[in-house]
Amino acid sequence: MSLPPNFSCHRSERRRRAISETTRTADSHANCAVHAVNDLKAEFAATGLGAVLEDLDRDLVGLAPVKQRIREIATLLLVNKVRKRLGLEGDTPTLHMSFTGNAGTGKTTVALRMAEILNRLGYIRKGHIVSVTRDDLVGQYIGHTAPKTKEILKKAMGGVLFIDEAYYLHRAENERDYGQEAIEILLQVMESQRDDLVVILAGYDDKMDAFFRSNPGFRSRVAHHIDFPDYSDGELLEIAERMMARQNYVLAPDAREALADYIVLRRRQPLFANARSVRNALDRARLRHSTRVFEGSCGGVSAADLSTLRGPDILASRVFQERQQALGGS
Amino acid sequence: MRITQGAFSFLPDLTDTQIKRQIQYCLDSGWAVNVEFTDDPHPRNTFWEMWDLPMFEVRDAAGVMIEINKCRKVRGDTHYIRLNAFDNGHGCESVRLSFIVGRPNSEPGYALTRQEGPGRTIVYTTRAYAADKPEGNRYRD
Ligand SMILES: Nc1ncnc2c1ncn2[C@@H]1O[C@H](COP(=O)(O)OP(=O)(O)OP(=O)(O)O)[C@@H](O)[C@H]1O
Ligand SMILES: [Mg+2]
Repeated sequence: MSLPPNFSCHRSERRRRAISETTRTADSHANCAVHAVNDLKAEFAATGLGAVLEDLDRDLVGLAPVKQRIREIATLLLVNKVRKRLGLEGDTPTLHMSFTGNAGTGKTTVALRMAEILNRLGYIRKGHIVSVTRDDLVGQYIGHTAPKTKEILKKAMGGVLFIDEAYYLHRAENERDYGQEAIEILLQVMESQRDDLVVILAGYDDKMDAFFRSNPGFRSRVAHHIDFPDYSDGELLEIAERMMARQNYVLAPDAREALADYIVLRRRQPLFANARSVRNALDRARLRHSTRVFEGSCGGVSAADLSTLRGPDILASRVFQERQQALGGS
Repeated sequence: MRITQGAFSFLPDLTDTQIKRQIQYCLDSGWAVNVEFTDDPHPRNTFWEMWDLPMFEVRDAAGVMIEINKCRKVRGDTHYIRLNAFDNGHGCESVRLSFIVGRPNSEPGYALTRQEGPGRTIVYTTRAYAADKPEGNRYRD
């Protein structure tokens, strides 16, 4: 049976700490003639943050401005941590953020990474993310909202509270809407428990703008407004290839070409959702691929057959048929 | 008379920082914590009332502190409040850690009653002064 922390063997713990302290000072005296005892690069390496940021770079296509901002925030926090150790204490920086951008531009994906980064830097203790929308926070009747919101906040303590489509919290047309109650509780906690949780609001550009305009309290509590740009056609194609590679599929050259055309056409259609549209298209292509392989197989199929998407799998899409009709009709 | 019960009862009352660290230890061990309160101080009183539900999904002690503080606001000064950590692991399935996190402002203590039994034996029993008043009205002046 393990014991609560109070019972841990104080003496050996203290001795261990004392030893590591002496070796640390000895090292730094040997390495640096000057009195620079705080090696930021070493500090950075110790957090293991390099690997996380590299993963971010590698796994996510494009998003250059977003990645830049994340690096900046990470550096700020790192410097702040060292400053704190030297007694140069300032306030804990406000880390609440808002992610704006169109559908499928990677907001949720980046929020997950953000939780990990903040955890590595010790700004949130647990590094989990609680993802909610209006329904999770706002109740159905009087007196229902506050307990609901507080319940969620309790779960999110020590981690990140990610509020997707945050603008739904505020219903301008109904001034007695319960959303306002949730907003007030959030505002209070965002201010008074900045050390305990980080709130990330996400949503589409224009609606978030309107939301911030009607809730100035939120705007002033959010320190980092990060904008997620739409992906270019090339980036979407690369995202598609990575998604397929991750699921052990390959795109034949004709499939790749078809997909490039598909992206151009799909972008012009309504409800285009960047990377998510691509993912959905690929899911449907996999469906057609398995039907094709199943029906065309007489005897054995090779592993290559089972993992290669070909042009027809993609060209059968509704998007191309509509173009065909448009061309035929004119 | 300061009543002691549960773990750390031989220590001065834990500060909130210390309470938080104990709770974090419980959460990190995967135990479900819950808050209970009572105004019957008898040591054999096992029926404490539950404050809200056990917190199965809370990951950080700050979340539990919210409930403790709420309970203190409503029940504090007139009730004892304790925190329990339940281990549902196979072979344990019982409370692993339990300690007091709040107590009434003043604790009048116990009266000692002596009862003469057959053959000049004496039966001793204690009765809390607070228990003279009905439940819910104790520890108020
Ligand atoms: N840069 C990227 N590289 C690789 N995959 C990406 C990238 N951006 C998004 N994706 C993928 O696209 C899908 C949708 O992304 P995500 O859910 O993060 O979008 P979102 O901005 O939250 O959209 P919404 O606003 O509709 O909620 C995910 O499966 C994600 O893995
Ligand atoms: Mg999303």
